[in-house]
Amino acid sequence: MDVFDKLKILTDAAKYDVACTSSGVNKKAAAGGIGSAAASGICHSFSGDGRCISLLKVLMTNVCAYDCKYCVNRKSNDTPRASFTPRELAELTINFYRRNYIEGLFLSSGVLKNPDYTTEQMIEALRILREEYRFFGYIHAKAIPGTDSGLIARLGMLTDRMSVNIELPSQSSLQLLAPDKSKHSILAPMKYIQNRIQENSTDIIKYRHAPKFVPAGQSTQMIIGATPDTDFQILNLTEGLYKKYKLKRVFFSAYMPVAENALLPTLDTTPPLWREHRLYQADWLLRFYGFTANELLDQQHQSFNPFLDPKCNWALHHMDFFPMNVNRAPYSDLLRVPGIGVNSAKRIVIARRLATLQFNDLKKLGVVLKRAQYFITCSGKATGNLKITQDKVLQSLMSEKTLGMYHQSFPLQSQNKQLSLFEQPSLLLSGYPQEDLQRCLTSPI
Amino acid sequence: MFDQSNLIYRYDGSFDGLLCCVFESYDKKEIPTEIILPDTSQTFLFTAKEIKTDIEKSSRVLASIPEKMGYDALNFIRRAFLTCAAKKELYILLFLRLGYRYGRSIMGMLTDDTVNTLFKAVKHLDNESHLLKGFVRFSIFNNVLVAQIEPKNYVLPLMTQHFSERYPEERFFIYDKTHGMALVYQPYQSAIIPIEDLELPEPDEQEQSYRELWKLFYDTIEIQGRHNPKCRMSHMPKRYWKYMTEFGSSPKKSHLKLEDTAKFLIP
Repeated sequence: MDVFDKLKILTDAAKYDVACTSSGVNKKAAAGGIGSAAASGICHSFSGDGRCISLLKVLMTNVCAYDCKYCVNRKSNDTPRASFTPRELAELTINFYRRNYIEGLFLSSGVLKNPDYTTEQMIEALRILREEYRFFGYIHAKAIPGTDSGLIARLGMLTDRMSVNIELPSQSSLQLLAPDKSKHSILAPMKYIQNRIQENSTDIIKYRHAPKFVPAGQSTQMIIGATPDTDFQILNLTEGLYKKYKLKRVFFSAYMPVAENALLPTLDTTPPLWREHRLYQADWLLRFYGFTANELLDQQHQSFNPFLDPKCNWALHHMDFFPMNVNRAPYSDLLRVPGIGVNSAKRIVIARRLATLQFNDLKKLGVVLKRAQYFITCSGKATGNLKITQDKVLQSLMSEKTLGMYHQSFPLQSQNKQLSLFEQPSLLLSGYPQEDLQRCLTSPI
Repeated sequence: MFDQSNLIYRYDGSFDGLLCCVFESYDKKEIPTEIILPDTSQTFLFTAKEIKTDIEKSSRVLASIPEKMGYDALNFIRRAFLTCAAKKELYILLFLRLGYRYGRSIMGMLTDDTVNTLFKAVKHLDNESHLLKGFVRFSIFNNVLVAQIEPKNYVLPLMTQHFSERYPEERFFIYDKTHGMALVYQPYQSAIIPIEDLELPEPDEQEQSYRELWKLFYDTIEIQGRHNPKCRMSHMPKRYWKYMTEFGSSPKKSHLKLEDTAKFLIP
């Protein structure tokens, strides 16, 4: 089998891994080396599905001893199998890297023989890259659950980022679909990596040239929509992972049906992309906007509103928080206004030191007034001739397409009624608490 | 002699030349309505005032900028000068005049039209240079890495450091077709030199097979069930695709011989 066939098989098998970021660390090659890394990360291309390609994302091997029901590489699946030799992989990486195709390597693997043997193969490939080719570019490696901690420690010294996949958002889902993995086998290496990063950070303070362990931190990913776990559970888990394990990122991947199994959604289910999208929006709100999971969802509202993004949804439920005076409100409050993001909030804070901001100024600063105007005042005034009607507000908060979908599920019955959502039974929103949706969209503004 | 309302400066296109325009503007207590390049073919109703580049004057202006408004402002206008914004010279002059008046706070006056225009232009420049750090594709000829780009802004000066740190031991060459300039590097020294045209030689067998491997990887990594060309386009506008290996831009046949690429490198 030549490198072409191997690359095809092992890329195909790796593509369902979502993380492809090269961020979190700044470094440059030492003399005689090759490669650097930028903290912001660099995208080298975007594939046809719109996802960033930053790293050469391949598996060491797609031979697997495990039989996780949701996975293309499961033992019972009839699919062509291949393995890279460590040297083949190192050579491919360095040649792609020289041509600026990639920012580095994302190495994961099926479980060949056992976790320890697989990790040893990965370590060998990375050792060739780091020591023989003196490669200083970005390397992200997967820790295989069940690997000996000594091997994880060695792997960690060779990589910039490590990740352990949580795979499924709850222990019961794991038991059902990934019988070879348990919550413990996943969280144990995660905890171990976190401790090592912690220890290493104190070493670096003492000795400036102490070798760095996973300097770009660790991340994880989980599959959305293969199991009945709710958005609320997933978001709480995410928040817990950020707090408890100091993860840099949690990735979500909408379940693509790859296997026929009574326990899984059928093969013709479309991947729940909008749900994944809402989770990422909420994830951003957790990391950069100072929201907590409990503010966005709670026991009574376990799922995201399909028509409104989590921030707008929160704002409409908390109209007592608004209108906000942009010239006075603290940064943390500005971040809560729909239409104001991290960048525009920072610019507002800078610009208002020197001038009182008016609405046309906000536009220059990058505020999306279409949304924000309902929630802010400038020097005591709201925007002139602002007509606050239900339809106008909805229009400003939803895209045309979403608004169309919304009107489909709550059609306007006649001209004299503004919205008929009070009588209309929910078609698309089965499962979403009806009266809450009404309240959130009709509460006085 | 010159009426304020139709005063036009003509400068030599260099950063020093522009600083001399600033000097002139203060010296003569006048504000131009336009600053043009020597080869501007546009015919104006009024003759332009020729501003000679005088290093003594420009270095006085240069020294005063960090003193009056800080190094951030100097760094900012240096970058503003690289942008493709219309009338950037005039806006830089107006920016500096504001800066002399308001001092360091100029960098916070984001709602001022002049400052805002330049901030947007610089953001465009920074975005483009960041994207190109990823989208540049090298081909290896004779162990020299060669790439071609067609940026809107003059991004080469902003890419020098990145690529020098990325490939400290390589010899590389990035040709900017829009501006007719090229960044050349050989271990531990780099330069940006004017180049008229570049035609690439035929790739050798090894080069060709890595291109094929990359295309194979690019096509395979997509999850078909999530095909989303619009999303791809917004992240990676089509104007960048022209020189990207994955879109199969096969290089033109050329007369340039392999060993000729070496002559571009610094002796």
